[in-house]
Amino acid sequence: MSYQTTTKDHAALAEAFIKDEERVDWHDGALWYIREKRDIASKGIPEWEELREAASQIKSNVISNLHDYLLQFEANLKKNGIVVHWADTPQEHNEIVYAILKAKEINQMVKSKSMLTEECGLNEYLEERGIGVINSDLGEYIQQIDNEPPSHIVLPCIHKRKEEIGELFHEHLGTEKGLSDPTKLTRVARKPLRNVFMPRRAALTGVNFAVAETGEYVVCTNEGNADMGAHLSEVQIASMGLEKIIPQKKHLGIFLRLLARSATGQPITIYSSHFKKPREGQEMHLILVNAGRTRQLGRPDFQNSLKCIKCGACMNTCPVYRKSGGLSYHNTISGPIGAILAPNLDMKRHADLPFASTLCGSCSNVCPVKINIHDQLYKWRQEIVKEGHASSTKVFGMKAMAWTLSSSDKLDKAGRAGRWFMQNVPFVVNNKLNPWYKQRDMPEGPKETFTEWYLRTNGD
Amino acid sequence: MTTREKILGEVLQNQPASLPLPDISRFQGNEPDVVQKYKTVFESIGGKVFLVDDFSTMKCLLRQHYDTSKRIATTLPELGFELISPDVDPHTYEDVELAIIRAHFAVAENGAVWLSDEVMGQRIIPYICQHLAVVVRAETIVPTLHEAYEIIGEGTYGFGGFIGGPSKTADIEQALVLGAHGPLSMAVFVMK
Ligand code: SF4
Repeated sequence: MSYQTTTKDHAALAEAFIKDEERVDWHDGALWYIREKRDIASKGIPEWEELREAASQIKSNVISNLHDYLLQFEANLKKNGIVVHWADTPQEHNEIVYAILKAKEINQMVKSKSMLTEECGLNEYLEERGIGVINSDLGEYIQQIDNEPPSHIVLPCIHKRKEEIGELFHEHLGTEKGLSDPTKLTRVARKPLRNVFMPRRAALTGVNFAVAETGEYVVCTNEGNADMGAHLSEVQIASMGLEKIIPQKKHLGIFLRLLARSATGQPITIYSSHFKKPREGQEMHLILVNAGRTRQLGRPDFQNSLKCIKCGACMNTCPVYRKSGGLSYHNTISGPIGAILAPNLDMKRHADLPFASTLCGSCSNVCPVKINIHDQLYKWRQEIVKEGHASSTKVFGMKAMAWTLSSSDKLDKAGRAGRWFMQNVPFVVNNKLNPWYKQRDMPEGPKETFTEWYLRTNGD
Repeated sequence: MTTREKILGEVLQNQPASLPLPDISRFQGNEPDVVQKYKTVFESIGGKVFLVDDFSTMKCLLRQHYDTSKRIATTLPELGFELISPDVDPHTYEDVELAIIRAHFAVAENGAVWLSDEVMGQRIIPYICQHLAVVVRAETIVPTLHEAYEIIGEGTYGFGGFIGGPSKTADIEQALVLGAHGPLSMAVFVMK
């Protein structure tokens, strides 16, 4: 099984998504509701802003001392009896997983939520080699049976309506037709998914935090699926990006207080599991994956993106994400953070993503580790234009913008010209050649600028 | 050059100049009534809290609230149910209706209890049972996670976890459903 790959850009994919206006409004509202829950949860903690600052500083310390922390983490993992592997590329990662399973003659594995293995295309790789993988997170399972990648890092099938899920369950789990009640759907999936864990001898999980000081790693879930898989398995595998390191155990206090509140407004995920040593008779493996992270580390403007703790808050708050849907980003990690991570992986292929933003800065305002997301989006645009990967309308727009902003006199003239156009010949702006006008009504332009108004009312 | 050396070499070359760790000792809770706070938070998550004086009151409550004709497994000999064995295949606990175990302590700000494999009987127990009941001593409840990690320290466990309520999902249209893969319900017996 492999996902349909696309050659369309964000704007074209978003256009398909926004055709269904009712769905877009619902999607927009559902994500905004989560953003509001995040606000309520964060306001319950008076020291919230200090926590964000501390988390950001801890992560700055991590990325600036990553070499030593990786060595410390590796040494402690070994002391704890966990086998450590290093993978430079997604291909190498997949080969390692395959070799571990092959050595044990295992041909079925259960996997809890892991964006990294989605990025690596692990399921497809293993399936081509005769190893079946089932995603056990309910949202990821739904995406898997629908042969689609996740559209959100925390809520993988947030773009789907319950009726569509009922249809999928009818087809794949044999449930009655027309079932669409979320409680009933979850309950009918409970039994077959619990049965998935029983015969599977291998379980793979992602990693939320890896503690250098103790050589343990923490996995956060709400469903309990990571634990069901791990504690029943003979072979437990964890895949993590290099940046998941935190220096000391006490730092978990900071990050676990921020993570779930930022993600869904919960005070903590239901399960925060600390894996340190294999149980009697079990094998534990941990794979440290690079896949472009060292390259991002070497880009001073973008290295802070490696602080991300994958809470999804920047997606929930982003007006473009909410209206265009995660799949329109054609990258495993979508939304604002996806748009600053993806160009590092393949600048040409993802050249459109940094432009899928209004640069309103809402993402940076909610980010629990204070990544300057919108600044990085702006910087990527310049980089992409410089490298010659931007489409011609965007290059023209950026150049015109830079020229207009370069002096207040030009800005004044441009503003006056813009208002004249809007008031006298709006069709010149509101036409099909202007991509901003699609699905939007241009507001009526004000009669005068602030400067004109100020001079008229105050100047003599 | 091995992959490991290649990656570490690139990290060393590309990492920026070292920045210091912040002092986080100022973070601490100041909750006057941690038991009440714990109860409010945990019940808002969908859990149930019982304040009890001893095991005999607890036993009465268990009989009232759970189907005791089904399989009940525990690590607490005081309760008189089947004792969890650390030596059997974990899969054999698949049909446990109710598991009753002790937690080291609980956290008021988020409703979570801390359990290590030393008190779980088997690692799978609190995740595989249909319903989970946990006993925690009232005086061990701490205000925030900062105090929690001070208590945990390095720890001698092989596995440990916070559990903050019944298993849940909101994957289908953001509708909250309790009981995804793990327990359908969770009760905490706070013992004075
Ligand atoms: S960039 Fe910040 S807000 Fe976005 S997912 Fe990462 S940590 Fe969360």
